Amino acid sequence: MNALLLRTVSSRLFWPIVMLLVLVLINVIAFPDFLTVTVKDGHLFGSIIDILRNGAPTLIIAVGMTLVIATRGIDLSVGAVAAISGAVACSILLGSSDPGNPGTVAVAVIVALIISLVLGVWNGFLVSVIGIQPIIATLILMTAGRGVAMLITEGQILTVDSAPFKELGSGFWFGIPVAVVIGAVIFAVAALLTRRTALGMLIESVGINPEASRQAGVRARVLLFTVYAFCALSAGIAGLILTANQTAADANNTGLFIELDAILAVVIGGTSLAGGRYSLAGTLVGALVIQTLVTTVYTVGIPPIVTMVFKAAVVTAVCLLQSPTTNAAFAQLRQRLAARTARVKEAAAS
Amino acid sequence: MTEPVVEMSAISISFPGVKALDDVSFRMFPGEVHSLMGENGAGKSTLIKALTGVYQIDSGSIVVDGESVSFTGPAAAQAAGIATVYQEVNLLPNLSVAENILLGREPRRFGSIDGRAMRRRAAELLDGLNLDIDPGSLLGSHSLAVQQLVAIARAIDVDAKVLILDEPTSSLDADEVAELFRVIRSLRDSGVAILFVSHFLDQIYEITDRLTVLRNGRLVGEYLTEELLRIDLVQKMIGKELTVLDEIGRKAHSADAEGAAADRPADFVRAEGLGRTGAIEPFDLVIGEGEVIGLAGLLGSGRTELARILGGIDRADSGTLSIGGTGRGTGGTGRGGAGGGSGRGGRGGSKLRTPRQAISRRIAYSSEDRRGEGIIDELTVRDNIVLALQADRGWFRPIPKKRQEELAQSYIQALNIRPANPDALVRNLSGGNQQKVLLARWLAIAPRLLILDEPTRGIDIGAKAEIQKLVYTLAENGMSVVFISAELEEVLRLSHRVAVLRDRRLVADIENDGLTVDALLALIADGSVAEEGGVPDAPTAGSGPGAGRASDPDSTTAPAPLETSGDRR
Repeated sequence: MNALLLRTVSSRLFWPIVMLLVLVLINVIAFPDFLTVTVKDGHLFGSIIDILRNGAPTLIIAVGMTLVIATRGIDLSVGAVAAISGAVACSILLGSSDPGNPGTVAVAVIVALIISLVLGVWNGFLVSVIGIQPIIATLILMTAGRGVAMLITEGQILTVDSAPFKELGSGFWFGIPVAVVIGAVIFAVAALLTRRTALGMLIESVGINPEASRQAGVRARVLLFTVYAFCALSAGIAGLILTANQTAADANNTGLFIELDAILAVVIGGTSLAGGRYSLAGTLVGALVIQTLVTTVYTVGIPPIVTMVFKAAVVTAVCLLQSPTTNAAFAQLRQRLAARTARVKEAAAS
Repeated sequence: MTEPVVEMSAISISFPGVKALDDVSFRMFPGEVHSLMGENGAGKSTLIKALTGVYQIDSGSIVVDGESVSFTGPAAAQAAGIATVYQEVNLLPNLSVAENILLGREPRRFGSIDGRAMRRRAAELLDGLNLDIDPGSLLGSHSLAVQQLVAIARAIDVDAKVLILDEPTSSLDADEVAELFRVIRSLRDSGVAILFVSHFLDQIYEITDRLTVLRNGRLVGEYLTEELLRIDLVQKMIGKELTVLDEIGRKAHSADAEGAAADRPADFVRAEGLGRTGAIEPFDLVIGEGEVIGLAGLLGSGRTELARILGGIDRADSGTLSIGGTGRGTGGTGRGGAGGGSGRGGRGGSKLRTPRQAISRRIAYSSEDRRGEGIIDELTVRDNIVLALQADRGWFRPIPKKRQEELAQSYIQALNIRPANPDALVRNLSGGNQQKVLLARWLAIAPRLLILDEPTRGIDIGAKAEIQKLVYTLAENGMSVVFISAELEEVLRLSHRVAVLRDRRLVADIENDGLTVDALLALIADGSVAEEGGVPDAPTAGSGPGAGRASDPDSTTAPAPLETSGDRR
């Protein structure tokens, strides 16, 4: 029993999950109906469902970000890629004679995703072939990407009127929000792709020791291309969901600062920014923590102007709990408790 | 006898999956030089870290100078009078000697640092060590040995009762070691207890008064150095007889005696004029199937550079490399059993461009830099073992979980990897066991040429013997091996042929038939000796493709080099 408890506490996922539960608890106290899920017209409704749906774009990007970070990299351009993806889709829809046609929407979506993929390959090229540090390489696209999105939208906010496209953001499939379904699919694909093949192990290997991996014959270049392309693809998908939700492409604001939320989700989930071992499950929890946090701000009635400060406080708390220093302190505390129990037992025996 | 200054009783420390110390007791008396002996993984460094407050002990007690202590960190241990000088000097080369000695406790005057007092105090300390250097000079301008002594001066300034020297001599030459020993003796005579940790048995016997031997995290015993024979010490350290080494030696030599010219094995690799600017001048080298080539030379002689080119790690910028295409005869064809010359020019004229290409041709290079270029320390033993094989297959063709488990288990057993847990993180293994994991990784790809760069450096005698035996067995079964080691005895024991390098050139390539360490040393030190001594056909680099290596083994059997070197002494 004790051993089980110990293993649970020392698990990487322990503190993020505790934090999530605490946040949920706060919400339940402030708003007793928080956990209630109702079915209206065959669709699920409730605060939990809202959190899942609104958190989906962050989660999708964070999944791609996890793999990039595992290779010792980082991708700052995801927000810009999301904006470009949305802008491309909307301009195609606006340019067509029949934006409500599912075929047109399919074309728009596919073109947007292909362009996202190309942008990811560009990042991969800068990082693996040219050898630019990831933070600088992706900063290029982070800055330039918004400009590209502006060019595509010609500086306008493109509002589209297309029912099938709108479905992506606010529709339901079998009662579940489409965004949640897409998020789950991306998560499952990434998990299967990396853990059922050797991809995950090789990514970790490159992240931990690139030179040893090279000498062992690991093709780091191909891996880097793959993860940056995947990350940009996930950013493109998230961009489509965000745009569809607003039924408008806004080059300046779509996916603004989402890279920071995604990186935070990864870090809260216990994946080290130094690369190496990663946890997709941790990232899932991390994304949920962040979205629940945003919701909590509203339910508890914290003034929106201090939202960012509140968010920072929670993130600081999680990071502190996960830090090696805190872990060492906990280990020492456990030791002392064990020693005391031993002494008490001894005293009782004598 | 006086009271011990340090008394550690019944110390136990565990790490995840490893019991590093199990009920170990250790004591030191004032005015003695004491050494802690044991293989890698015996628990030496763990015990030292417990004494210096780096690790917390799980159970047991530590008494320093009559007082029971419980160190919360290195600073607490230092305050109690336990000073440590680590293997890598961790001082600041861009500050002066005096500043380094008194860093963090500079004498002050009117709130600012009193430079004059600082230099005076530093000079006193250096005087105490009989070290004649200017306290105002930059630390970085002095040799490593002097820096080491400055580190000692810094350590004893904090009123040290115990001074721990962790491998202080590993980067010093003989004169510098003598200088260090002089300082150690004078400190000892002034009543300091000194813990001297070293891999060099000669030095242990020269300087220490008492030894504590550990094995597998347990105490073997405490002995007076003068009463313990070397052979007994080694036996206590490894806990088994050394006969395995002798056995290998005999076998290798008998094999050589039989190795007549007619039995020249098929060539597997043939390098002609292969070279890389700034790393190694063009060289010719032929490696037969099942042949062990020893590379001998000093550090920086080009031995690693040559090996890296053969292993595809660095790209050659001249010459050609032909790799034998005689099929996959890894099993059964012993040395001499494969017949002559069939492998020549198999896939001629190629150069290896990446490690990956080398691996796909079944050439494995195991780096000398185990931590930096070898193991993936955050991954498990299993992942590390299957890594090269998996990389060769590509990520989309994963090795089935069951097969991975079989591979890991079989290599853990065959190489005696401890702990025998495929899920253990390699980071938590001792150096020798990490090396074995690395070997397992390369054996898993069933190499035809295995290049081992210093595979036995920094690991204990037991693991060393196991690795040597393995090399011998692999070659018997037809695998070609390139073996690099700074220990010439080891090179001679294992190699069929020895290639000698000096100043980034391959200067000799000779059959190992009655070759002695002295003869080899002479070749390494000065090629002219070898020429005078009549080692025939020792090719000098740059003599062009195809220029003679020792093509007629009969002529190399002359014991001439041995005699010559004898004359010179």
